[in-house]
Amino acid sequence: MTGLTKRSKVVSNRKMSFWEKIYLPAILNGMWITAGHLFTKKVTIRYPEVKREFSEIYRGKHVLKRDDEGRERCTACGLCAVACPAEAIIMIAAERKPGEEHLYREEKYASTYEIDMLRCIFCGLCEEACPKEAIFLTKEIVRADYKRDKFIYGKDVLVEPMDPAKRIDVSKRQTPEVLEFKKDKDQKHNVQ
Amino acid sequence: MFKITIDNIEIQVEEGATILQAARMIGGKVVPPAMCYYTKLMGSGGKCRSCLVKVVKGSAKDPRPISKLVASCSTPVQDGMVVENNISAEVREARKGIVEFLLLNHPLDCPVCDQAGECDLQDLSYSFGMEETNTREPRREYTDVDIGPLIKLHMNRCIHCFRCVLTAEQLTKKRAHGMLYRGDTMEISTFIQTAIDNDFSGNMIDVCPVGALTDKTFRFKSRVWFLNPMDAHRECSKCNGKVTAWMFGNEIYRITGCKDEFGEVEEFICNECRFEKKDINAWVIDGPRKIKRQSVISGNHYEHLKKGSIIHPIEGTTEPQE
Repeated sequence: MTGLTKRSKVVSNRKMSFWEKIYLPAILNGMWITAGHLFTKKVTIRYPEVKREFSEIYRGKHVLKRDDEGRERCTACGLCAVACPAEAIIMIAAERKPGEEHLYREEKYASTYEIDMLRCIFCGLCEEACPKEAIFLTKEIVRADYKRDKFIYGKDVLVEPMDPAKRIDVSKRQTPEVLEFKKDKDQKHNVQ
Repeated sequence: MFKITIDNIEIQVEEGATILQAARMIGGKVVPPAMCYYTKLMGSGGKCRSCLVKVVKGSAKDPRPISKLVASCSTPVQDGMVVENNISAEVREARKGIVEFLLLNHPLDCPVCDQAGECDLQDLSYSFGMEETNTREPRREYTDVDIGPLIKLHMNRCIHCFRCVLTAEQLTKKRAHGMLYRGDTMEISTFIQTAIDNDFSGNMIDVCPVGALTDKTFRFKSRVWFLNPMDAHRECSKCNGKVTAWMFGNEIYRITGCKDEFGEVEEFICNECRFEKKDINAWVIDGPRKIKRQSVISGNHYEHLKKGSIIHPIEGTTEPQE
């Protein structure tokens, strides 16, 4: 009979010889293997002094992007929430008032936008669903905490800072086709 | 009774029925899309051309085909007619062109538009349209016209189907709005910006196939797919009081007429039911309304299934087993 794996061994009731009975050769052999491991490369990464390098498209904490003029891109269309398999996203829309044109890109915006990071499975379907290039996942990881309600991230955490120097670069997450399309300034999507 | 074959399915229809009506009697995927035709509105149809079909055999007596594609909503059935709808590549190609025409000046602001999710133009372009656009020209833009406190008019989204004009003309004694100008610059407006204040004016919202006329009391409140459509009724002196209440938890976000599978309302409802009764105590809730499984509105809604039910994803039905 062939075993299920190649590593299976047939057990026998063979009587052990004298050298096998005193176990010393087996113990020494084991210690030799252990000692050999002392001189191999260490796999432990001493976080937080040393950080493991993340992939360019690592799916961590979300960011709500602003456009070049600092206006929020999100229009609360709800496609991310309906695409979300964990139902982690909740949003409430509001109408932009006259005089808020420098804050919001279109006449509708999200007045509340919450992601429950305990429900989120970081699948990235929200950024795939977004028609406005507003939500992206970043390399930043979600911090641990003691209280559950701290994990409901609102707009204060998610929206990226107004300061152009502190903007989060997401161009690595976009396909070459998208980046090529964004160069075309004749398209309304790219200028407004 | 006339015999007609649509997409290889035979059916007997009354004399004088149109091809579209015959197709709707068969139902399912055979039905051509209709953007301007509305059963309850006299004289509707023939404008949008999205219901074009190919007649491969004119009738039993005269079996010659009709050389051009015909609008199925306004072409009467002949005995022994053979019609091709979805199985004809020519029809699909023509509809692709129609979608392109309808979208020429459409702003494509679906993420902002309240109609998104129940929009006929969205469905049409999703089924037949192209993924990209050929046009680079700036799209036609209108100045905002305020037509009253209940209805929001977005003229940029209008596809000139005339349904709302016919609704106002046939449902009420005095219509306050109409179409101004011609062709590309055609515009829905009221006579010197008077407000529309008729008891049945809210039905313009239901008949509008796109987001040109939307409910101001529901503006940006929620997206349709976050709400649960429920059948509801109440005693009403003006209409029959049967509506669909779009609920979120115990709150009614908006009221619409009950729409059938072709997106047409079963009964027109009055403005009091539609705009004023947003309190749950004003209504008797009859139960959840059946929504097609393919619709985004049924997304993330869970049906209570009996053990051993059979789900048909294509037809959108569920039947209990044993």
